[in-house]
Amino acid sequence: MSLSLLLEQVLNGLQFGMMLFLMSAGLTLVFGVMGLINLAHGSFYMIGAFACAGVAMATGSFFLGLVAALAAAAVAGVLVEMLVIRRLYDRDHLDQVLATFALILVFSEGTRYLFGSFPLYLDVPPLLSGAVALPGGIDYPVYRLAVILAGGLLAVGLFWLVGHTRLGIRIRAGEADREMIAALGVDIDRLYTIVFALGTALAGLAGAIVGTLQSVQVGMGEPVLILAFVVIVIGGIGSIKGALIGALLVGLTDTLGRSLLPVAFAAFLPPSEANAVGSALASLLIYLLMAGVLVFRPSGLFGAVRA
Amino acid sequence: MIRERYLNLALLAALLAVPVLAQVQGAPFTITLATKIAIFALAAVGLNLALGLGGLVSFGHAAFFGVGGYVIGILASHARNYEPFLTWPVEVAGTTQMLVLWPLAVLVAALVAAAIGALSLRTSGIFFIMITLAFAQMLYYFAVSWPTYGGEDGLPFYLRGDFPGLNTMDPISFFGLCYALLLVALWLFHRLHRARFGLALEGARQNPERVQALGIRPFQVRLLAFILSGAITGLAGALYADLNRFVSPAMLGWQTSGELIVLIILGGVGRLCGPVAGAGLFFLLEHWLGGLSEFWQFWFGLILLCVVLFARGGLIGALAKDQTHD
Amino acid sequence: MKILGALTTCAAILAAGTGFAGDVKVGMITTLSGGGAGLGIDTRDGFLLALKQAGADNIEVVIEDDQQKPDVAVQLADKMIQSENVDVLTGIVWSNLAMAVVPAATAQGKIYLSTNAAPSALAGKGCHPNYFSVSYQNDNLHEAAGAYATKAGITKAFILAPNYPAGKDSLNGFRRFYEGEVVGEIYTQLGQTDYAGEIAQIRASEADGIFFFLPGGMGISFVKQYAGSGVELPLVGPAFSFDQGILGAVGDAALGVKNTSQWNKDIDNEANKTFVDGFLAEYGRLPSLYAAQGYDTANLLISAAEKAEVSDTEGFRAALKEADFASVRGKFSFGANQHPIQDIYVREVVKEGDVLTNRILEPVLVDHVDAYAAECSM
Repeated sequence: MSLSLLLEQVLNGLQFGMMLFLMSAGLTLVFGVMGLINLAHGSFYMIGAFACAGVAMATGSFFLGLVAALAAAAVAGVLVEMLVIRRLYDRDHLDQVLATFALILVFSEGTRYLFGSFPLYLDVPPLLSGAVALPGGIDYPVYRLAVILAGGLLAVGLFWLVGHTRLGIRIRAGEADREMIAALGVDIDRLYTIVFALGTALAGLAGAIVGTLQSVQVGMGEPVLILAFVVIVIGGIGSIKGALIGALLVGLTDTLGRSLLPVAFAAFLPPSEANAVGSALASLLIYLLMAGVLVFRPSGLFGAVRA
Repeated sequence: MIRERYLNLALLAALLAVPVLAQVQGAPFTITLATKIAIFALAAVGLNLALGLGGLVSFGHAAFFGVGGYVIGILASHARNYEPFLTWPVEVAGTTQMLVLWPLAVLVAALVAAAIGALSLRTSGIFFIMITLAFAQMLYYFAVSWPTYGGEDGLPFYLRGDFPGLNTMDPISFFGLCYALLLVALWLFHRLHRARFGLALEGARQNPERVQALGIRPFQVRLLAFILSGAITGLAGALYADLNRFVSPAMLGWQTSGELIVLIILGGVGRLCGPVAGAGLFFLLEHWLGGLSEFWQFWFGLILLCVVLFARGGLIGALAKDQTHD
Repeated sequence: MKILGALTTCAAILAAGTGFAGDVKVGMITTLSGGGAGLGIDTRDGFLLALKQAGADNIEVVIEDDQQKPDVAVQLADKMIQSENVDVLTGIVWSNLAMAVVPAATAQGKIYLSTNAAPSALAGKGCHPNYFSVSYQNDNLHEAAGAYATKAGITKAFILAPNYPAGKDSLNGFRRFYEGEVVGEIYTQLGQTDYAGEIAQIRASEADGIFFFLPGGMGISFVKQYAGSGVELPLVGPAFSFDQGILGAVGDAALGVKNTSQWNKDIDNEANKTFVDGFLAEYGRLPSLYAAQGYDTANLLISAAEKAEVSDTEGFRAALKEADFASVRGKFSFGANQHPIQDIYVREVVKEGDVLTNRILEPVLVDHVDAYAAECSM
């Protein structure tokens, strides 16, 4: 394998990591602040992708679609928080698991009812289509560079929001001690609604941005949910920095594993067997990574030590 | 409002009466449905031991369910094809004897649970949830891409195993076996709950320091509970493989783990017959709604949502008067 | 089911009588919910359309949703066999579900007509007198792709498929008829959504053409990402990623791609015209390959029911094997292992007005028999 291919795969890994960061930022926020295991996170991802595809098809503008994705996922988030999640705060966490599991079914089949059973069309906007030559002789798709940029901007935005705004102070306080900030007169219900809607809006935005490169179909959110959980658990729950580093780690491990393992096995196995074994092992890699991290750091890389 | 004990008895009686009536009336599929409920209830009883009593929310019990299933599938398919399972160092033939297969499935599931548990129990809370998921996913992807036993296509073996004196292909006989094993598991759960071990386990969940002060190591208690839990779920997986005469990686998927958790929450976490109530409601709804509308999962989701919003402590919690569980 | 009731009543009113016809009860198990629902819905709609057009009121259909889960499919099959007493089972889309259901159903004396999935295990040693594949044998379209790639002058192929049995069968099928050199081979992960790494490997290879089998959403993702990558090697694949149901989602990225299929809407014969026009009129969309396969399956069944009583298993099987119906594919017959002997075409994705669809370029394999027929001792 040539050096430039290796470099390109590293870039691909970083790019996939940024996609994963987009997918998991909302989840880690909701999880960290509210302690809520939101299994329906992938459904909001799907809602974002469908809203973007629907609006982009109707208006011809991808960027209007992005706005629609944000809005649709945020509105759905506010509704879900007020109608369902809010009633479950004083319950066992497991009740929230069941409720969000039920929401997956409702959202998936509701979407299928509205949009039909066939995948929707959503393509890269003309402005960001095509490929550019990078130094080192690599042609790289513009849209993927835009994804990296979007992930970077989101990371900066979230660091700023959590670290330097009034809302951020409340969010951090909420993570640390929810009774205390309630006692200090912060409207905790409103804070939770805002945080939840922010989390779902981020999921929707990710659905629109990443969904553009994928198939916009019912059920597209389910693998996202698992990947996002892997990312935030490796990084440490509630930590934006952890989510970012976890996402990049997972992205690099997955992409490099898929391209390097078959080559490595080819050294001592016949080629087609090496391919099969190598790619089988590659699909386990990120779970091995997660198990490995947790065995040595039971709270993830950047997690505070708590249950 | 009724006492939980009577509710449990009524539930178990209903689960027995319905298939017997169906047998009299000649409706064999009702028996198959009841068998599925009994098997999933059994799997969930296993999980309930870890989750309900020990507070160990495992999102990876599909691993044990699937491993139990594959033990049956692999050995039975070797037996059906007259190919020995092992030729070296000693020749081991496949078998279709349930009385041999069940203990093997339990043993293998217990070993897998011991390995996963030993590593996973170093973590707690959400990290425990996710590390158990990780191990199950590893097994899932392994099963999908490992060609010897069918990979993603799964492994059909056409006929159920043999049980002395019974025709296991007869739905009511097979139901009887599953129901009996469910009762054994419920009895075990009940005994463990009341025994020193159950107290230690609940203690380890509520107040690990105090338990430690009593000279009990919470890690060991939890690990033992996790192994037992995995073994019971493995047995259920073995029965499910026999019910379908087929195993596939789908049994190992995270959806299966999720479904088992949902059954327990639906019925009532930590309740003796919670898994039975949960499995009954879940699969009956799935069966009835499935025939009504193409979008039945939408209504299924809404009903689950209503149960969680309006039935505190699951079905058993909502119906039973005495609060035996916190 | 409600749709059913309405349809049978409707069929009863329309029935002009088709001569001698025994009653047949059909159990259709197919995917009607979740991400794969589009395929099952098309299979069902094609099947029901044929019954409606023929006024076949002697054929009763029960339809159930398998949720794309093998265990659910097995239980539905048990239900249909034990409680509904169906004579014939059909409708399964996915190979892994077929493997779970078909051997058990045929062993219990039921007839299974495959509208799509036809894994190699059921075509060779595992063939059964009660099992008929009306669609193809799973390898067929991949074999045709191999033959086409050779013909099109691709000498260094890069091939990829997911790492599961159907994926391996696909690459083997391609190789069986491909005479050039395979310079790269990748097994992707099942359900994978990002293909940047694979595309980079393709770019770095010296390939002059790509064969890929990535069914469903995986193919949509791959083709979209490939189109944006700047790599411009020709793509060849089986019909699945370029079928009517999903072409709209792939978009212009699919334009010009060559894909292999045993059917297309522009095959010129009366039956196909009736089918395509009828489907468009009834459901307001163009039919897919799955709809065509469902339609042919129903017509095969109608033809057999006119010749023999389903209770006469031998006679009914013989009637099925004659395949005496007007297939939308033109000529159609069954081989020794009861899989089709048929022509397989290469199609090109084109735009008709605003609608993406396929047109046939040429047949690549004529009267093609699958590779497993010889292993079947029936």
